Amino acid sequence: MGKWTRRGFIAAGLVGGGVLAVGVGIREGHRAPKLAAMMTEEGETLVNVWVKLAPDNTITAIVPHSEMGQGVFTSMAQMLADEMDADWQTVSFEQAPAHEAYANYPLGRDYILGDTKVPGFVQDTLNGGFLRIAQSMGLQITGGSTAVRFTGMGGMRIAGAAAREMIVKAAAKTWDVPARELRTENSYVHHDASGQSVPYASFAERAATYKPPTQPKLKTPDQYTLMGTSVPRFDIPAKTDGTAEFGIDVDLPGMKYAAVIGPPVLGAETVSIDDTYARDMPGVIKVMDQGHFVAVVAEGFWLAENAVRQLDVTWSQTGAEKLNQADVFNLLRTAMDEVGDKGEEDIAVGNVRRATESAARVYEAEYSVPFLAHAAMEPINATAWVREDKIDLWSGLQNPLAVRDEIAGATGVKKANVTVHNVFLGGGFGRRSNPDYPLMAVEIAKAFDHPVKMIWSREQDTQQDWYRPASVSRFKAGLDETGMPVSWDNLFTQKHDPPEASHIPYKIDNQLIHYAHVDHHVRFGPWRSVDHTQHGFFIESFIDELADQAGMDGYAYRRKLVDHAPRYLTVLDAAAKAAGWGRDVPEGHGLGIALVDSFGTVVAQVVEVDVTGPEPKVVHVWCAADPGYAMNPDGFIAQIESGIIYGLTAALYGDITIEDGAVVQSNFHDYPMLRMNEAPDISVEITNSGAKVGGGGEPGTPPIAPALANAVFAATGIRVRSQPIANFKQGLT
Amino acid sequence: MAETKFTVNGEARSVDMDPTTPLLWVLREQLKLTGTKFGCGIAQCGACTIHLDGIPVRSCSTPLAAAEGAALTTIEGVAAEDGSRHPVQDAWVEHQVPQCGYCQSGQIMSAVALLRDTPNPTDADIDAAMSGNICRCGAYGRIRQAIKTAASA
Repeated sequence: MGKWTRRGFIAAGLVGGGVLAVGVGIREGHRAPKLAAMMTEEGETLVNVWVKLAPDNTITAIVPHSEMGQGVFTSMAQMLADEMDADWQTVSFEQAPAHEAYANYPLGRDYILGDTKVPGFVQDTLNGGFLRIAQSMGLQITGGSTAVRFTGMGGMRIAGAAAREMIVKAAAKTWDVPARELRTENSYVHHDASGQSVPYASFAERAATYKPPTQPKLKTPDQYTLMGTSVPRFDIPAKTDGTAEFGIDVDLPGMKYAAVIGPPVLGAETVSIDDTYARDMPGVIKVMDQGHFVAVVAEGFWLAENAVRQLDVTWSQTGAEKLNQADVFNLLRTAMDEVGDKGEEDIAVGNVRRATESAARVYEAEYSVPFLAHAAMEPINATAWVREDKIDLWSGLQNPLAVRDEIAGATGVKKANVTVHNVFLGGGFGRRSNPDYPLMAVEIAKAFDHPVKMIWSREQDTQQDWYRPASVSRFKAGLDETGMPVSWDNLFTQKHDPPEASHIPYKIDNQLIHYAHVDHHVRFGPWRSVDHTQHGFFIESFIDELADQAGMDGYAYRRKLVDHAPRYLTVLDAAAKAAGWGRDVPEGHGLGIALVDSFGTVVAQVVEVDVTGPEPKVVHVWCAADPGYAMNPDGFIAQIESGIIYGLTAALYGDITIEDGAVVQSNFHDYPMLRMNEAPDISVEITNSGAKVGGGGEPGTPPIAPALANAVFAATGIRVRSQPIANFKQGLT
Repeated sequence: MAETKFTVNGEARSVDMDPTTPLLWVLREQLKLTGTKFGCGIAQCGACTIHLDGIPVRSCSTPLAAAEGAALTTIEGVAAEDGSRHPVQDAWVEHQVPQCGYCQSGQIMSAVALLRDTPNPTDADIDAAMSGNICRCGAYGRIRQAIKTAASA
């Protein structure tokens, strides 16, 4: 019987004509408990990754993650290939299918409690038969910067190391020599003493007869050959010639197109629809009242969208149509007033009340951020084909397995008959972790015997999003005679994930961090770095205010507060040094610094801003990041650059506002994005500390807004306590 | 309905559709050339950029009628006839530009047009030619570097 080891569970066997398969099941703690609960009863999820070694000596990694631009296919394969001493030129990657056995704990448990052979469910996948039908991945959420941290460290590396050990053992037996005399390189086993060199695949059959090692020996960093190198990403060539297939590109025989409109006030339902004009428009097949949205199905998307725009829909009154932007913030502030000093407790250390009362002085400030939409470049879309007791769904999804379960639950079709085909995501940023849109596509397609591709207009994408919540944060710090903080009292609104986002990296003896939560109809969605995006701005701006109160610069002040934490000091110093902190800057320029530890990666950024124009322009961003160890340094740098631009766009311009209960903004003309002419130069330095490996997709985002706000303060003396920062000169922030 | 004749990537094409249909949807749904992407529908993001008689245009806001007798080039037609990558595509791979990749067809079409007219673009030239193309993954720095590499290729 198999059992869990510290490093997971390993199975191996021979499948499909001499293919050696080695699989690793790992347990992954997940940051989104609600989503995890949908998938498992035990609240515990299982990730299965597989490596197959084919008779032609090629190696394929089968991994359950979505590719949305973070290079996950490549970094996962890199970790596997390094531990396996594989020939990188013959390593490739496949997405695992959306089969519950790849993720679902109860089913995975059957396999764990069985034997160490390759379970039946995985054989089709390994033989390639199932993948032809379902080019989809299976599992788990791609989000939370988890791929390298969990699947890579806990799965890919172990699968590779186990496979290598088994092959070496088989070679030693075959050649009747001690294993220690063998070395492995480029998918060959070498016995230098006898001059023999044989491909791994020759030993597959014998290797498969061995019980897999429970704790294969992993390499130390000095032994890495691929990890830590910037191998080119697998997915890039197809993204330069138009052949990469995104959800919106799916094309099926007999397929029709759907355009939709949802309630302007989220949560409303249709009361009546006047389609007098729309239903007779060219190409229109059907106008569909789905209650929570209306669809037009037509011969082409443009025809469908034109018809949707001619519909006159009356929506129900929910009460929320009275709500305006100012009301949202009033709700938040009222909730804060009501909880006073007794918000839901996040952290309570020491005695904040006593420390504050006895402090030399007390300093307070209030910050806020608005709602944000995700605005991925690929508008939301999904294609569904519903046949008798069988559903196929094609879409770019961050969480395809949960979508499969949701579809089964909503339709009553057996899970086994629901196939989710996951394709490239044209941006995810958290938006594509929500199952709303694939479910809508299925609802529409149920009425037809042919596939239907539902595409949202950019306007729908903007107005029917799940938003980064508008939030308010209040700080009260007790300061000693030198201006150093003795107490930190922070009351904020809207707590989601990750739980530690409101925590501070600074050594302050007395801390009370607490919150109030307000439910309203502008629905929450995880947005790149989730709660860190607002707390980074709140905390790192306020600490800068304290530095100013102490008459110190932000860098020196932070240094004093993190002298207990070498990782923090290192990145602070690296960013400050790269930026030339303390140098004279041109008239109208300013430097600002910020430090945020998120998703296991510590990031410091320095911004140089130029405020001489009508809007602040970021000239340069110097970033130092410690992910513990960057598996693919260039890929990691690309993620940090991306996180900076994403966060900077939001900091400068991001402002989703509510009027009469509805989102006002609709497209890029009124929800503007940072463009080439506004993009700063970005320098990223990686400071590998050797700490536990952290994420790359999200940690670049949180420090940029406060670094910018702090730079604006340095340049102007104006403290920006709300966003968007582009408005600061008009006093609108 | 009316018949509209034009070439796409050198191949003669004829479609019988409403001449006000945006070229984007003709290319994607009629001609199955899905490399050209829908992003905003109002010529704000550049994801749908193609060349019409060599000029970069936003196909989401260019009616089919404008293509009558014209030569269209899409991302599928950028590579050389023997299939080898265009220098801009090479530079995109060299600098590992794309992340999600959705905007990159449009970015490459804009860059190809820029370099054809301005073989050695300054930063200001790059700003002027490329600021109509949004990239939400923020690959701007790499795009700028790749354009410079392609210019010196």
